[in-house]
Amino acid sequence: MDERKKLLIMEDIHKSFGRTEVLKGIRLEVSQGEVVAVIGPSGSGKSTLLRCATLLERIDAGRIQYGELTMAAGAPAQYADKPTLQKFRTQFGLVFQNFNLFPHFSVLRNLTEAPIRVLGKSRREAEETAGRLLEKVGLADRAGAYPHQLSGGQQQRVAIARALALNPGLLFFDEPTSALDPELTGEILKVIRSLAAEHMTMVIVTHEMAFARDVADRVVFMDGGVIVEEGAPEEIIGRPKNQRTKAFLERFSQGG
Amino acid sequence: MSLEAIWKLIVQMLLDSRVTLGLFALTALFALPLGLLVACGRMSRLKLIQWPVRAYLLVMRGTPLILQLIFFYFMPSYIFGQSLPRFWAAVLAFTLNYAAYFAEIYRGGIEAVAVGQREAAAVLGFSRSQTFGRIVLPQVVKHILPPMGNEFMVLVKDTALAQTIGVMEIFRLANTTVSANASLVPIFIAGVFYLVMNAIVSKGFSIAEKRLDYYK
Repeated sequence: MDERKKLLIMEDIHKSFGRTEVLKGIRLEVSQGEVVAVIGPSGSGKSTLLRCATLLERIDAGRIQYGELTMAAGAPAQYADKPTLQKFRTQFGLVFQNFNLFPHFSVLRNLTEAPIRVLGKSRREAEETAGRLLEKVGLADRAGAYPHQLSGGQQQRVAIARALALNPGLLFFDEPTSALDPELTGEILKVIRSLAAEHMTMVIVTHEMAFARDVADRVVFMDGGVIVEEGAPEEIIGRPKNQRTKAFLERFSQGG
Repeated sequence: MSLEAIWKLIVQMLLDSRVTLGLFALTALFALPLGLLVACGRMSRLKLIQWPVRAYLLVMRGTPLILQLIFFYFMPSYIFGQSLPRFWAAVLAFTLNYAAYFAEIYRGGIEAVAVGQREAAAVLGFSRSQTFGRIVLPQVVKHILPPMGNEFMVLVKDTALAQTIGVMEIFRLANTTVSANASLVPIFIAGVFYLVMNAIVSKGFSIAEKRLDYYK
């Protein structure tokens, strides 16, 4: 694993909202082709970590590096200038819990708008890519539909395709199945699995333990703004060492 | 009132309705973009911008439109020794007044667009102006059509207030005809004119709403 190129390095990340410190010195590294599952109770800071990595929130202190380039560093953290940050944004994608598709655009346009407006691709090229991606997520026949005409699971698959349309090196998922009925989560997990099979680098915040165990190369357990334990899925989910991890997983298997 | 007098009144009213329609159209034309600008100022995080805008909103919405008409017609003559033409003083007063109401409608519409929409756009690399123009504003338009339709209908009727500063719009014509003929018929005819104009406005808005029905 260490041989592989590091895509994302987050070091000593601190983030507070008002007086509440949400991230208390997190270190997370993600290598090329790696699938990392982040688990932990709600309020543990896992979503905030994702939001910091994707520039939706700014860290107070620490260091975020994509490939060779530093996005933010220092205490207090100094961010790169605006045009540079804009370039970072096209290097990663984020799939939200609530899909956040653009309701006034057709499925196709949800996928083509950013490649055309942000990357300056031609409409034809963007539509070709979009068609291929829709096929991949099993929605080639719904290109002309509007988001409200789709089921939640279909909307989330479109959202994944939309993120992939910018050809990101790294894809983040923020609880991608939490807003879905149990019978619809399967179709999302299937798509993520197929991406893992293609060696897409992914960081997935999830409550689906069986899925994390199955698809992740590494599981990170967060609680109270710190990473409590991390390692191979069979170790963390199968044989957790830390007391907090054990307690969390026990509550989880009881359905709580 | 004789049938002939009524007929003459209707013809004259059709001619004068140009003034009413002009006042309506120019107010809409100027107040719609100005209102958006005011809404942005109201939502600004800079207190230096936000507070004057708040004061403007309070004054324009907190005092009678009729008073504002009088103010914008007579104030320039006190300060500059010359008034604006009556019609343009009315356009100015209506624009500033309606921009305040439009601004609050825009603000409601902008705030109603889910935060997630902006976040999704940001992560996809859209600039702030692209996000506003391509993602937020189209959704705002859909949200604000019903309250805007209301305001437009009120505006049609409010144009009658311009008679206060002597603008020759249709209600003033009706009023003078009432005194000349000792008959209330003219103001009811004026009422029909307003009703027809608003029927058209209302229809226009329901067509626009249907057009935007393709998404939710």
